[in-house]
Amino acid sequence: MSPMLTIARITVVEASRRRLLLALAILTLAVIGLTAWGFSKLPATTTGPDNTPISPSELRLAASQLTIFIAFMFSGVLALGAVLVASPAISSDIESGIMLAILPRPIRRMDVLVGKWLGLLALVCAYAVVSSTLELGVIWATTAYVPPNPLGAIVFIAAEGAVLMTLTLLLSTRMAPMTSGIIALVGFFVAWMGGIALGFGQVFNNATIENIGLGSRLLLPTDGLWRGAVYEMEPSFVISGLRLAGRGAAGSPFTSLNPAPLAFELYAAGWLVAMLALGIWSFARRDL
Amino acid sequence: MPAPSTDRSTTRPPEAAADAAALAVHTQDLAKRYGKTVALTALTMDVRRAEVFGFLGPNGAGKTTAVKLLVGLAHPTAGQAWVLGAPAGDRRTRRKLGYLPELFRYQHWLTAREVLGLHCELAAIEPSRRSEEIDQALDLVGLSERADDRVDGYSKGMQQRLGIGVALLGRPELVLLDEPTSALDPVGRHDVREIIRRLKARGTAVFLNSHLLSEVEQVCDRVAVVDHGRVIATGTMAEILGGDGAVRMRVQGLTPGVPLGSFGPPSVEGEWLTFRGLAADRIPDLVAEVVARGGRVYAVEPRLQTLEDRFLQLLKESEG
Repeated sequence: MSPMLTIARITVVEASRRRLLLALAILTLAVIGLTAWGFSKLPATTTGPDNTPISPSELRLAASQLTIFIAFMFSGVLALGAVLVASPAISSDIESGIMLAILPRPIRRMDVLVGKWLGLLALVCAYAVVSSTLELGVIWATTAYVPPNPLGAIVFIAAEGAVLMTLTLLLSTRMAPMTSGIIALVGFFVAWMGGIALGFGQVFNNATIENIGLGSRLLLPTDGLWRGAVYEMEPSFVISGLRLAGRGAAGSPFTSLNPAPLAFELYAAGWLVAMLALGIWSFARRDL
Repeated sequence: MPAPSTDRSTTRPPEAAADAAALAVHTQDLAKRYGKTVALTALTMDVRRAEVFGFLGPNGAGKTTAVKLLVGLAHPTAGQAWVLGAPAGDRRTRRKLGYLPELFRYQHWLTAREVLGLHCELAAIEPSRRSEEIDQALDLVGLSERADDRVDGYSKGMQQRLGIGVALLGRPELVLLDEPTSALDPVGRHDVREIIRRLKARGTAVFLNSHLLSEVEQVCDRVAVVDHGRVIATGTMAEILGGDGAVRMRVQGLTPGVPLGSFGPPSVEGEWLTFRGLAADRIPDLVAEVVARGGRVYAVEPRLQTLEDRFLQLLKESEG
């Protein structure tokens, strides 16, 4: 096994031995169980003073919107979790002296950094795929609703976690775990607010606000990826309704009128590669 | 007895690659600066292959920085360093190195066997040899019975033993030990000295960074004393300690003030006479001279200078 894959494997083993995977699994299953109970009650919901049973189209609308809210919660857990596991990945090993024992081995520092990245990426992707699949399965079983493109949504959500994890890993090559974690989290929430600003700017034709939103999206593409996931989960009748609503739908972080442009997807991929390369460069030049 | 060479008197020209290849370590004016802090000024030293080399110095002298430069953990600001004939930090050469850091910890969620297995993989030891290597290392450091326990259940001394085991994986040609006995009890220290002697016997060079002078005195062939980032003395233990020995004798029956030939006038405290600057091989002659002059000798105590005395003296001279 190459040193890079050895480090990737040990990163996953660490998450397992520290009971991170167990804790995540228990909490995720508990949340999925609760949402299953909630969704199971949805078809029997009545509306109005005469307790009219919910119509199939209303059920579909409710299920689609709840799916997006729940996906937002899972994407948030994934993003915050990615920050928490990546922030100590390098700096904590330097502080504890683990790196002092590993790096004099006949390996490149790049092997360690990319190995950690691969291990963390595997964790991020595994969580995104497993939790999303289970949740969508529960929604389908209880309401018969399936989002238009569940696979695309999962890819966007996993990419959002991967982007934030990569940024945090880069910061971890130079900063203490707490510092890198806080910077990444602030970036995440600023990008989220930037996404809201972008929506307002577009709907109200305010170029300044729109540019601020666009700038934040380019600085950290997490919100752009989240909006991509939202679009993949929106049924066509919801998108049509949003377009009709116009300014009424402005700024909502749970809606997306257009799919993520290919140029943005390529930009996000390039951004991720650039941050990883910067991390490799930064770690290689650091004196321990 | 030859005097210890000081500072640059033993330096070799860095361009003499053949010389550098014949040595385990060769540094030439190696310097390291962290911002405004100067950690190493101009470190010049040689460590021969298959010798145990002691690296001494007060806290902050730059000892750990020097070791980090040799294993590639830090990059020099100036100067050059060769390890086993290759520039320090060379990835291929690091296959032949074993290193025990001063302050370290292993992945505490792994067992000792797993830690050793991880380092076998990273050291590119043949998979077919790994099991044997791990068992040998565990046996050597006395951890065989706790091999499958997680490291977080280990005492500090056991972690130190594990660190030494990790450093010895793959039969390295050069082992750099940074304060290897700092967390060990007397039994552990004795074991480490035995391990170092065994390494020397099989032709491994050992670079021992320690502030425990008695330990260095017991196992090292040669030592370098470093202060303020530069070597202030280097040589064999005998060269470092020099000929400044002394002998105390308890004598009765000598006439006060009578000269004792070439042995010089002693300092007198009651019945005790102290002769300074006396080589050990002249003590029998001194006793014979005292007896010939009518003295009755009740005790003879050679007082060889300890490494600690000499170390402090060298530091004082360096400050001066």
